[in-house]
Amino acid sequence: MATTAKIEVRDKNPVAALQTFLAQVLEDEYVAGVLAPRHLNDNGALMPTLVTDPAMLDRVDPLAPAFPFNAAKTLVKLTNGEMVNKVAAVLKPCEIRAFVELVKLNQGNMDNALLIGVDCLGSFGNTEYLNYVKDADPIASSQEFARAALAGEESPGGTPIAKACMACEHPSAVQADLSIGLVGLDIDDHLVVSAHTARGEGLLSRLGLPDVAEAPSRAKAMAELVKKRTAFRDKMFEETNEATASVEKLARYLSGCVNCYNCRVACPVCYCKECVFVTDVFDHKPWQYLDWAGNKGMLKMPTDTVFYHLTRLAHMSTACVGCGQCSNACPNDIPVMELFRTVAARTQAAFGYEAGKSTDDAPPLSVFQEKEFSEVTGGVD
Amino acid sequence: MEEFEPTIVAFVCNWCTYTAADLAGTARMTQFPNVRLIRMMCTGMVDPKYVIKALLAGADAVLISGCHPGDCHYINGNYKARRRVKLLQEILTGFGIDTRRVKLTWVGASEGNEFAETVNHLVNEIRELGPIETRELMVV
Ligand code: SF4
Ligand code: SF4
Ligand code: FES
Repeated sequence: MATTAKIEVRDKNPVAALQTFLAQVLEDEYVAGVLAPRHLNDNGALMPTLVTDPAMLDRVDPLAPAFPFNAAKTLVKLTNGEMVNKVAAVLKPCEIRAFVELVKLNQGNMDNALLIGVDCLGSFGNTEYLNYVKDADPIASSQEFARAALAGEESPGGTPIAKACMACEHPSAVQADLSIGLVGLDIDDHLVVSAHTARGEGLLSRLGLPDVAEAPSRAKAMAELVKKRTAFRDKMFEETNEATASVEKLARYLSGCVNCYNCRVACPVCYCKECVFVTDVFDHKPWQYLDWAGNKGMLKMPTDTVFYHLTRLAHMSTACVGCGQCSNACPNDIPVMELFRTVAARTQAAFGYEAGKSTDDAPPLSVFQEKEFSEVTGGVD
Repeated sequence: MEEFEPTIVAFVCNWCTYTAADLAGTARMTQFPNVRLIRMMCTGMVDPKYVIKALLAGADAVLISGCHPGDCHYINGNYKARRRVKLLQEILTGFGIDTRRVKLTWVGASEGNEFAETVNHLVNEIRELGPIETRELMVV
């Protein structure tokens, strides 16, 4: 059973309470730095920032409904290699789940990180977020957003959160060492922090925060949130399946794609160091294009578009955590998250695998059994 | 309209199915001529994108055939191939590509007969299934 402690909130300022909590974490010296979302200036722009001096926590804002990119990739840079000291990382649940996948792909190192997850109430797309903050104080806007989202508002400030977030059935980070709870609580009164691992327990007990019992309101509100999001997700799967039910429909779905590959650059679990689609494997010769055009009387340029997306699905769909950064990055508003998640649900189910759930489950394409999937070989093992 | 004749691209392992195909030929076994053989060193090196490319380019089916379980010359390439075929079937079926269009079989070096049967069976199956959508459609 997880130990849960209370983070007192003063002056109706939960972000300040989280900053104080992170200052305590730094002062404890188990970690040498904290990676956390921090506003770069007063216009709201926010990036994961590695903070070592508690005085620099002033603009750190774990409640910001912003998600510039999936910081699991940043944490890879901060943990992959020999380290004397650990870093703590304040992440969204989908960032933690992506990091879990990257650890299994030997790109990130769990031993060097202390993961602090925060309940996620959803985020805006990058441009929507800056519009939401406009000229207001960014931290005050985040708190306002959190209050509205916790009260069940669908579009706080008139802007809907990203579709990936509406379809996300993992709003809390149970894979983290520590998780900070907001859902089901009055965040102007207190927040909770729970430890899920031995080192999380250790840190929490050293910080000496008051213990608190899990409020029944929290479990209930969490169940309701998950239910709402799951329903949205399932409807999205249905609609996407329908919209891509044939190759012709799939090509139509992707017809705005300009092969910029932003979706895979933004994808935390697209794990290849160099994508084959940018290598000379795809530097075709002029005569090849003419040949291909000759086959059907024409050839769409650039080529290798549906081919790219299908190949990407073969690479990452079993690891897709549904973070939606692919859609956030697409300059042509192609609903790629919907497509990738829909296929991912199929492939992960086929292998009885859930991306990001645990470092104990091996990625499906990294293992095999002597007898399995005999339907693939016509019933012969 | 001309009667539909499927085009099948087959990725076959050098150590077993390729030899079996050779045997089927030299022993003059009867088999349909619809298959284009591509010789690989192991089924474990059939990259999913080879299969995807073939199907997008209008191949009506892809056959991957290699050594029986336990016989792979690289120990477990065929087991890995089986997971990849499972993965491909799951991805492609959602886009209307029937799982029968991606087939994996085990055919040992001495099984010329088996190879001819596999080909004939697959050709008949795909004749029944009809042409793949990408035969007419330009998708890249
Ligand atoms: S495919 Fe899209 S939703 Fe899935 S992990 Fe990658 S960026 Fe996130
Ligand atoms: S980001 Fe959008 S346009 Fe760019 S490759 Fe991906 S789907 Fe295509
Ligand atoms: S060597 Fe034949 S399948 Fe691996």
